Amino acid sequence: MNFDLTDERQMLQDSLRKYLADHYSNEVIRALAKSDCGYSKENWAGLAELGVVGALFSEEDGGYGGAGFDMALVFEELGRVGATDPLVDTAVLCGGILAALGHGEQKNLVESIIEGSLQMALAHAEPQSRYELSRVDTRVEREGEDFVLNGQKCVVVNASAADYLIVSARSEGAVAATAGISLFLVPTDTAGLTLNDYPLSAGGRAAEVQLDNVRLGAASLLGKQGDAFDTLELVHARATVAVCAEALGLMETIRALTTDYLKVRKQFGRPIGKFQVLQHRMADILIEIEQARSAVINLAGHVDGERDAREKHVSATKNLIGLVGKLVAEESIQMHGGIGMTEEYELGHLAKRLIMVDHRLGDATFHLERFVELAVA
Amino acid sequence: MNLEYTDEQLAFRQEVRAFLEAELPESLSAKVKSGKTLNKSDIEQWHAILNKQGWLAGNWPKAYGGAGWNAVQRHLFEEEMTGASAPRILPFGLAMLGPVLQEFGSAEQQEYYLPKVLNGEHWWCQGYSEPGAGSDLASLKTRAEREGDHYIVNGQKTWTTLGQHANMIFCLVRTAKEGKPQEGISFLLIDMNSEGVSVRPIVLIDGEPEVNEVFFDNVKVPVANRVGEENKGWTYAKYLLTHERTNIAGVGFAVAGLESLKRIARTEQSKGRPLIENPYFAAQIARIEIDLMAMSTTNLRVISKAAAGQAPGAESSMLKVKGSEIRQAINALTRSAIGSYAMPFVSEELEPGSNALPVVPDYAASVTGAYFNNRKLSIYGGSNEIQRSIISKALLEL
Ligand SMILES: Cc1cc2nc3c(=O)[nH]c(=O)nc-3n(C[C@H](O)[C@H](O)[C@H](O)COP(=O)(O)OP(=O)(O)OC[C@H]3O[C@@H](n4cnc5c(N)ncnc54)[C@H](O)[C@@H]3O)c2cc1C
Repeated sequence: MNFDLTDERQMLQDSLRKYLADHYSNEVIRALAKSDCGYSKENWAGLAELGVVGALFSEEDGGYGGAGFDMALVFEELGRVGATDPLVDTAVLCGGILAALGHGEQKNLVESIIEGSLQMALAHAEPQSRYELSRVDTRVEREGEDFVLNGQKCVVVNASAADYLIVSARSEGAVAATAGISLFLVPTDTAGLTLNDYPLSAGGRAAEVQLDNVRLGAASLLGKQGDAFDTLELVHARATVAVCAEALGLMETIRALTTDYLKVRKQFGRPIGKFQVLQHRMADILIEIEQARSAVINLAGHVDGERDAREKHVSATKNLIGLVGKLVAEESIQMHGGIGMTEEYELGHLAKRLIMVDHRLGDATFHLERFVELAVA
Repeated sequence: MNLEYTDEQLAFRQEVRAFLEAELPESLSAKVKSGKTLNKSDIEQWHAILNKQGWLAGNWPKAYGGAGWNAVQRHLFEEEMTGASAPRILPFGLAMLGPVLQEFGSAEQQEYYLPKVLNGEHWWCQGYSEPGAGSDLASLKTRAEREGDHYIVNGQKTWTTLGQHANMIFCLVRTAKEGKPQEGISFLLIDMNSEGVSVRPIVLIDGEPEVNEVFFDNVKVPVANRVGEENKGWTYAKYLLTHERTNIAGVGFAVAGLESLKRIARTEQSKGRPLIENPYFAAQIARIEIDLMAMSTTNLRVISKAAAGQAPGAESSMLKVKGSEIRQAINALTRSAIGSYAMPFVSEELEPGSNALPVVPDYAASVTGAYFNNRKLSIYGGSNEIQRSIISKALLEL
């Protein structure tokens, strides 16, 4: 048993932490979070140059990492500063799909992602699908050599900055069947594709995506027709490592901010951290964050293994992170009093990001039910 | 023991309901229903309608232009108001200052100020908290120094709710440095148009400038604007706080919130079925509903005691803790109910009904903002931690 970082990962953590400290000050982050694109293109290039994107891909796919623990490390650091860069979307979800299913030209895009020159977004979820991965209503029909897509995708994070979307659609099977789902690589300027783009409350941007007779050439299909579900499940598992580790980083910073505040804020002639009721609640927060860290380690350690154990840990970890994240965010706001409610103070941005983690890739309730199905029943 | 209302009380409820059906403008109830922020004129319009009916100040005696209702009537009125999605009555002039003036103000002050609260000429805000004085209110530092028939006020207030719309502020100020901190405080009424008053908005995490900082730089305030005696302001402040904490349970808001949550859960889909049929989700709604059923009876127990003439003491602290927790739980579950549509930041121009393309279903537009905003329920009006301390001292004698 050894929970220490390897030397390579330690080096990556050190250099990433330094880069983030130099370029991701809280003021910068909060301004960027609300900007037109939702993050900084220069910082993105800087991260890529540092090798951060490459750390999310295996050597075979052109990177130098790609294991669960590499992702956990990178995203925990990004979470610590509250970064809004769409690395989950471009690299983990879309890059992961391209690496798994891409052929020829498509596969070359992975290299561009690692270099930092390409942005992507996964248009998979739909208004009625509520986190259920196999629920796809968007239709694809064959017309000669072409594919024609019709449907609607919701809250597609990073869509407006993306050069390409990866869009899921069903060619056969009942609406929630795992068989029959295909993935397509779609340039965002394709005719029939409409993006209605908007800001997210925790920073960054997303769009509603409308597909009206979007006509695609045969080369746009990723992998085999109707066969994408297993890959979708795998990249979602990997993305779950990413967002859970990000949540962990957010919690660490929020805990530090709150502990510091309890030491300096005085009421009734003494620091409020001297009131036992607040001490005990901070102690609970610490205990729960350690639980969250263990859950992330569990998931990171199983995400590259066999499917059943992997998915059990996906749901276990996402459920636990959702509950602990809510506790940490709400308690920290409460213990700050009025100041914790303000936009200006840095807690606000971090707490909102932490709460919003529960709305990505399945919330605590969804994963509780899924865990029961996978592990208990 | 009888859980039913009397015929007389039911008739009163009917009267309120009929009034609301006839007089509550649809434009206002639609805004309230969808959780939109009301602007100044919306609030003024609604206050004027209620005032015309003589119902703006349910808690004031008839002699001062109020409705003179007892606690049960006030409760029924609140319940009908929230049920009909009426805008809430702003408490600062009506529920806070009014009772203080009636109890401690001079005859001149009562004659001058009370009618202006009713007719909307004066919009009041509450200047209690300061950057360094929150839970420990008695440590406030804003100074008022006597110069002839004026006080010169210097200092800063903060968290002043809707201070941007107000033209009057009631303040706690320090008039003596000696003795216990509670003993050197006075209660002043300050015209916000006086020279030296400035207001700076504070944006909260939901993106709304709901509260403000208010600065006083050598502001001249007539001594005649002091309520009661010099250095006795703490007594009046505490009296006001017990009024601030009436209807603190917010049962009506919780009932309306729970209904809206259920409506949303009937519309949202989970695995091809209405979300409300998902047992994992339904169980969470049920847990809240069970708590709310009991709390509304706890609330009525306190109210009927009050109607019988026993002033609620630390019971109002119990209602505040439980009531705010239930409302916050409803807000959180409603946020869960809308799934990934909790993520968009829906500002005015993205709201349904604007010219832009709709982004989220109309019922989802204000949910995330309301969740973040209502974190305040357990902070303001004396935080829940402070309420628990009151409960353990007063009811448990610990
Ligand atoms: C949205 C909003 C609107 C408001 N509107 C108004 C207004 O209109 N007018 C006005 O005057 N004020 C207003 N307030 C101020 C409000 O009353 C204060 O925020 C509140 O009293 C808490 O004070 P504080 O923010 O300074 O927190 P602090 O007093 O610094 O408290 C920080 C944390 O420490 C805890 N704490 C403090 N003392 C103790 C203790 N002895 N034991 C255990 N825990 C303790 C608190 O509960 C809290 O969790 C408003 C506040 C908000 C958030």
